[in-house]
Amino acid sequence: MTDTTVLELVSPSALLKSEPVEMVVVPGTDGNFGVLPKHSPMISTIRPGVIDIYAGGKVSERIFVAGGVAEVNPERCTILAEEAVPVADLKADEAQARLEAAEADIKTAETAHDKANAERALDIARAQIQALTN
Amino acid sequence: MASLKDLRSRIASVKSTRKITSAMKMVAASKLRRAQDAAEAARPYAERMGTMLGRLATAVGSNEGAPKLLAGTGKDDVHLLVVFTADRGLCGGFNASIVKAARAKALALKGEGKTVKIICVGRKGSDALKREFGDNIVARYTGIEGKKGIDFSSATEVADKVLALYDEGEFDVCTIFYNKFVSAISQVATAQQLIPFAGEEVDEQEEATGSSAVYEYEPSEEAILADLLPRNVGVQIFGAMLESSASEHGARMSAMDNATRNAGDMIDRLSIEYNRSRQAQITNELIEIISGAEAL
Repeated sequence: MTDTTVLELVSPSALLKSEPVEMVVVPGTDGNFGVLPKHSPMISTIRPGVIDIYAGGKVSERIFVAGGVAEVNPERCTILAEEAVPVADLKADEAQARLEAAEADIKTAETAHDKANAERALDIARAQIQALTN
Repeated sequence: MASLKDLRSRIASVKSTRKITSAMKMVAASKLRRAQDAAEAARPYAERMGTMLGRLATAVGSNEGAPKLLAGTGKDDVHLLVVFTADRGLCGGFNASIVKAARAKALALKGEGKTVKIICVGRKGSDALKREFGDNIVARYTGIEGKKGIDFSSATEVADKVLALYDEGEFDVCTIFYNKFVSAISQVATAQQLIPFAGEEVDEQEEATGSSAVYEYEPSEEAILADLLPRNVGVQIFGAMLESSASEHGARMSAMDNATRNAGDMIDRLSIEYNRSRQAQITNELIEIISGAEAL
């Protein structure tokens, strides 16, 4: 039996996933990182992107997250995601609509705070489209 | 003395009231179950967020570079109170108890010469507070609870407002007031400090067992903390909304249960009165007939 680490994916409204996996690749802010069992402890923020879960040396599941934080220790990998959707459930036209809405928001944003929010939404939408294209 | 007709219509109206209250109780019970499930589902996120923040806060400590959300503004002059109530009434003392707690706090702060600002989430709270603190209310939110329960995005909306105000230096300390759900018949009005972040200290035992080994941080403690703290505000507000909604339905359920029971008692009482006066009337008529016959 291969070694596994426990992946916990938590969104604000529910515990989405808590299961042993062989490897998981997380889109960290400073670049993707893979988590294997007995990974050294670390905490990293996550940029919008796709979490790849590996089983048997292949990608078995792809989940889109809109950002959050990951905490890794030797036994488990906990991901706190703001929004998590399986890539298969993403819709191209919805992502496109989100992109356009975010672009419009950036133009109309008055305060720095609004602008930062809109830019974040834009990043999320771009990452969604990218997740769909590969 | 009420006539028979009056009594009859009285009984009919109490009966229909009882039907309404028992239906409301049933609705509240099913909503309560859903709200409770939602509150439970949201707990893991908040818990993990809490431990992570606690760990980070200890790592960063109160360095010079610590984010404002953690260290505070260094002042204590302007207080923001976020008050969570229901949009609707008929739920016993639910709204009143939270408004009472918020008003007591606001008055105490005013007494100390501090400025108070209020954000009302839920219509009942703003209705109750606007007479006394109308000028202090900076924002109102209603219709938080949609058909499918509470969405995280509505919490984000409130959190964004709070953070925007904080960024502009509009307040120094933020406290949230909500009803903590204990059981269907018991809700506790709770005040919780939101900003600056007051985390629980990391458990020393946990520290000793080594589960909080030295963590690597990517990008850096400060950057993660700066990212996490605003998010934590959203999560706390979301948690408060869920607790408050579960409490609201619980309170409404027990209030409606009481009302249904009272209506039942009242119907019993009115029925007895009705039967008695009907009997008295019959007896009266008989006496009249008999004494009329005897007079002949």
